[in-house]
Amino acid sequence: MSCWETIADYGLRSIGIGERLLPRDNFTLCQQVTLIGSGMLWNIYFGLVALVTGFFLATALALGKASKITPLRKLAEWVIFVFRGSPLFIQFFFAYFLFLSLKSVSSAFDPLTSAWLGAALVLFLNTAAYTGEIFYGALLSVPKGDVEAADAYGFSGFPRFRRIIWPTMLRLAWPAYTNEAIFLFHATTLVFFSGFPAWQQRGDALYYANYFADKTFNPFVPYPILAGYFILLTLCVVGVFGLINKRLNRHLPKERRQKMRMRPRLLMR
Amino acid sequence: MFSWCTDPNAIDGLAWLSCYLTTGKHLSIYVSVGTVLLLLAITAPVALAFGFGGAMAARSHFPPLSWLGKAYIAIVRGVPDIAFFLFFVIALDQFFEWMRHQVKCPDWDQPIRQGNDFVVCPEAKLPLSTAAQWVHETYGFSLAVLTFSIVFGAFAANVLFGAMRAVPHAQLETAEAYGMTRRQTFWRILVPQMWVYALPGLSNLWMVLIKATPLLFLLGVEDIVYWARELGGSKTAKFTDYPHPDWRVWYFLALLVFYLAFTRVSEIVLDRIMRRLTHGQATMGGEAQRKAS
Repeated sequence: MSCWETIADYGLRSIGIGERLLPRDNFTLCQQVTLIGSGMLWNIYFGLVALVTGFFLATALALGKASKITPLRKLAEWVIFVFRGSPLFIQFFFAYFLFLSLKSVSSAFDPLTSAWLGAALVLFLNTAAYTGEIFYGALLSVPKGDVEAADAYGFSGFPRFRRIIWPTMLRLAWPAYTNEAIFLFHATTLVFFSGFPAWQQRGDALYYANYFADKTFNPFVPYPILAGYFILLTLCVVGVFGLINKRLNRHLPKERRQKMRMRPRLLMR
Repeated sequence: MFSWCTDPNAIDGLAWLSCYLTTGKHLSIYVSVGTVLLLLAITAPVALAFGFGGAMAARSHFPPLSWLGKAYIAIVRGVPDIAFFLFFVIALDQFFEWMRHQVKCPDWDQPIRQGNDFVVCPEAKLPLSTAAQWVHETYGFSLAVLTFSIVFGAFAANVLFGAMRAVPHAQLETAEAYGMTRRQTFWRILVPQMWVYALPGLSNLWMVLIKATPLLFLLGVEDIVYWARELGGSKTAKFTDYPHPDWRVWYFLALLVFYLAFTRVSEIVLDRIMRRLTHGQATMGGEAQRKAS
């Protein structure tokens, strides 16, 4: 069987297209690279969904935590505390069993017990909490002069936030936010190890890497392949976020621009 | 456990709960909390030592050693840590068995990797197939500790390497002007001063380490996650005196609360240590403390 056939058979296996049975023995390098790569689709899906949706909730949480209205502030503080203070792994388990018991209440909750929705929901809340804390820190360090200047120009309320405060907040938060995005993608590997079933063996990259390592008792092939894929993904995230960073900083003179510097894992789970 | 627990069917409410929560199996989940604390107590210093070694190696003026240190720091960034956990547990196990195999059975002629199997001679098996159950468990736990230490050692190396570079250069130059050797400068000037720069990173690392402890479950150790799944599952009256439906969601809620409390307490304690360490330092924090008092 040539490598092209393997790619045709297993390239989209993780989303249920192609050969149904996984290879059982005589694993070739090509099979391992293809299947693990196919699993990456899930990691990218979870990461992107959580990142895009989490961004908006994070902004809301940051504003809530900085708000003068006490109930709103308390609510935001608690959401951030609960999701940052407990292990994501336990959150996954808890959410999965919660969804399972909700399922018996009403069939409307059915899709929540499958990974594509349930795990994405947990990741969304989790990344929103971490990002909310970053945005809150950045919100507090928006220069006073910027806000005063906005007042002087007659900005107020939402336009002032939208045009002045928000872009500055994002600019200040961006390096830390990049880090958070990287670790969010790493965290997606936990999904299929934490209760959520890999239906018909449609799992993520780590699920397949673990499958091969279990079958061959040889961890030295599948895990380096997985590592390679993740380093590529990390480079892509850094690249895209770097472009956005450039755009956020475009109005500043060159020497004042914030350099994208990877901080020593300041935000991990 | 209690005197009123002889007939569980006759009691209900709090009395029932008090009996239910003290059954033999529930005592194992409390013991496994101890396992988690033990893991933290061993891993934290060992990982710190690994990190210190890594940071020292990365600072070395001997290129191969410094490359080694930098590679160690870089390797766990960019790849999910859970992948490392799964990898190291098998890799270390096979490495130890292979080493023992080389020593104990020098005239074994079959290949070690036979297709999908990893075969060493019976004397090299770790632990020996005749060993007691507790030896197996201890071996599994030690592998987990070693794995955690290697991964978190790399994170700690990263933090310490940054902290060593954050110490003002003038301090080191002064030491040199006083005629200290490189070694003396390192131990007497650099190391005592670097902790205040390292502490924010290290306390963050401690939080991450706490939050990584449930991953023990993936390494095959019977930890709290294992027991929560085990005990929470629905039980029929046939197998137990305490039948109940699926309670796993409550067990994991309890774990969630446990971890929240644990991280919160750590946060408060670390804040105090930071305040103590900042005292009298020539940093913004130290200056603010001086002005406040």
